[in-house]
Amino acid sequence: MFDKRKLMALCMAASLAMFAAGCKKKTPPPPPPPPPAPTETRPEPAKPAAPTVAQFSAEPTTIQRGQSATIRWEVSGNVTSVSIDNAIGTVQNTGNRRVFPTDSTTYTLTASGPGGSTTASATITVTAPPPPPPPPTTKPAGTVEQRLNTEVQDVYFDYDKSDVGGEARDVLTRDAGAIKSILADFPNASIVVEGHCDERGSAEYNLGLGDRRANSAKEFLTQLGVPADRLKTISYGKERPQCTEATEACWQKNRRAHFSPGQ
Amino acid sequence: MKFPRLIFPAFAAGAMLLLAQQSTIDIGTITKGERPAIALPDLRGSGEAQAFMGAFNQTLWADINGAGIFKMIPKTSYPTFVPQQPSDFQPPVAPAPAPRGRPNQMTAAPSGGGRWMQDWATPPVSANYLAFGYTAVQNGVLVLRGWLYDLRNPASPQVIGKTYLGSVDENGSRKVAHEFAADIMALFGGQSLAGTHIYFNSDRTGHKEIWMMDYDGKNQRQLTHFNSTSIEPAVSPDGSKVAFTSYVHGNPGIFVFSVDPVRDLRFYNQSASVNSSPWFTPDGKQIVYSSSAGRCCRIFLSDLNGSGFRPISSLSSIDTEPKVNPKTGSDLVFSSGRSGPEQVYRMNMDGADLERLTDGTGEAANPAWHPDGQLIAFAWTRGFSAGAWNIFIMDVASHRVMTQLTHGEGRNEHPSWAPDGKHLVFSSTRGGRSQIYSMLADGHEVQQLTTVGHNERPVWGK
Repeated sequence: MFDKRKLMALCMAASLAMFAAGCKKKTPPPPPPPPPAPTETRPEPAKPAAPTVAQFSAEPTTIQRGQSATIRWEVSGNVTSVSIDNAIGTVQNTGNRRVFPTDSTTYTLTASGPGGSTTASATITVTAPPPPPPPPTTKPAGTVEQRLNTEVQDVYFDYDKSDVGGEARDVLTRDAGAIKSILADFPNASIVVEGHCDERGSAEYNLGLGDRRANSAKEFLTQLGVPADRLKTISYGKERPQCTEATEACWQKNRRAHFSPGQ
Repeated sequence: MKFPRLIFPAFAAGAMLLLAQQSTIDIGTITKGERPAIALPDLRGSGEAQAFMGAFNQTLWADINGAGIFKMIPKTSYPTFVPQQPSDFQPPVAPAPAPRGRPNQMTAAPSGGGRWMQDWATPPVSANYLAFGYTAVQNGVLVLRGWLYDLRNPASPQVIGKTYLGSVDENGSRKVAHEFAADIMALFGGQSLAGTHIYFNSDRTGHKEIWMMDYDGKNQRQLTHFNSTSIEPAVSPDGSKVAFTSYVHGNPGIFVFSVDPVRDLRFYNQSASVNSSPWFTPDGKQIVYSSSAGRCCRIFLSDLNGSGFRPISSLSSIDTEPKVNPKTGSDLVFSSGRSGPEQVYRMNMDGADLERLTDGTGEAANPAWHPDGQLIAFAWTRGFSAGAWNIFIMDVASHRVMTQLTHGEGRNEHPSWAPDGKHLVFSSTRGGRSQIYSMLADGHEVQQLTTVGHNERPVWGK
């Protein structure tokens, strides 16, 4: 719309200009052309701003290979598209995504809009996990005999008895675990369950009693899962005493089942 | 007071009854008071033979003494002159008349110093019998000429007059001594033990091996050389084979060997963690033994080579030490834990008619048949703590324990009867280590037979 004041000012200016140009002959000057249409500089329509990336982050920023992180973004402003590189692609303005980078990766978000594009980046550092402990060596610590000596205890019996009772059950239960481990480490080995007696019974009878003790211990072990075909039994009666004193302490030491390597 | 006077005779009578019961085993030993007395002076040898007379005289004395038939007159009472052959004897000389005018003078009793038979028949010797003779070497052979005189019959005294031959060495001298003694004993119902052997195990080489020796402990020799643990010997009735248990193949198993030559006859062991305690049947054709086959342990019967095995006892407990009746072959004794502590049982060879022989007190083991098939000797802890074994004799039919032969002199175990039914061999720790001893079946005349290492589990056979 023409501004009236502006128009009046223009007219006055034109008039003055004509007047000033001379009052010469009064030929009626040609009528002034109509004043040129006033070129109105329309203000640039407030050029829109590029999108704002309110947030673009990764959590956590350092992971071990094989772990995941989450990247979050929030883009505001005049946005037409948001995309993230590294194969994530076009995304919503706001969101998050779980990623599994195998190496250190910088993610770049590009937000585009009429006002331009904005980028932001977030880096996830991927560290190699610590190496695993070395695999257990197939060579075990010690021979079968050494391991039997240190890990498998003798089990003791009452006079003229071969049943596994009370404390003997506890000992044999612990022994079962150690024996299974030894047999697993030595797939070709067998273990001998020896039965022994104290000196007092007759030698022939003790040969039988020692056999009963060895078998009693073996049965207990197989019930706990020790493979029966890996256990042999032998009775030594009173032929191989641990000690020879005529005391209850020594006699008890001899009333035993003992474990030794098989051939 | 009246009462004590009545009680004392009753006690005395009771005590005498007890004592009488103790000795009423009919094993043929004659009580000391009734034995004929024998004088047995040392014999001498001429020339080369003399070197071996120590062994000869020791053997002769031991055999005659050990028979339990004679009262032995000590050599210290013998006259100084010892006849060597019948012609050495002189007729006694009549005493000189007392000189006149000396009525109080005592004259010494006349004596031939040994040249008269009555020197041996009267005090201090007072023998009923005299054995004498000499040895010499002739044509490379040791010759013994031996006589036995009955001094109660001086007109015709000779009972034995015989020649014996042997090699010219100690073995030969012992041999002829054994034979002379055997002839003397045979006259009085005594069976000579010469030629019998004792089988046992010994650890003197560092391992328990099977050994054998003569009945008097001589000629000890090693039969097995397994360097393992070999135990529990048994001998066949004819003495040609020995059976035993050995760990040489790993688990305890049974072996049967010939004795001469020593050779493995290969007994088949059934699959079991223990096969042990073998014994021969009286016909020598089968073996009884103890096995853990199935479960420890039953008595099995098999052929001599182990085939055809079958159980005789039922699965119940530890059954072991089977011994077949040597007279009948139709039943056996064994030891078993089937009623708790080890006891001695008897059953038929087919397992029927099982009965416990011992009364259940203490522990009883090691049953051994007398050759007559009626008595057993066995080891028992009754009256003592566990493991303190002594040797007893029982009548099987009545279960009556007749006598106790040892009384706590160490541990006394594993008795075995001699073929003569009068002697036993056993092991004892009375001297510290286990050694083998022989004795008469009344407990007397204990003789130590072994000294080196530990020796145990003796068996007396051919």
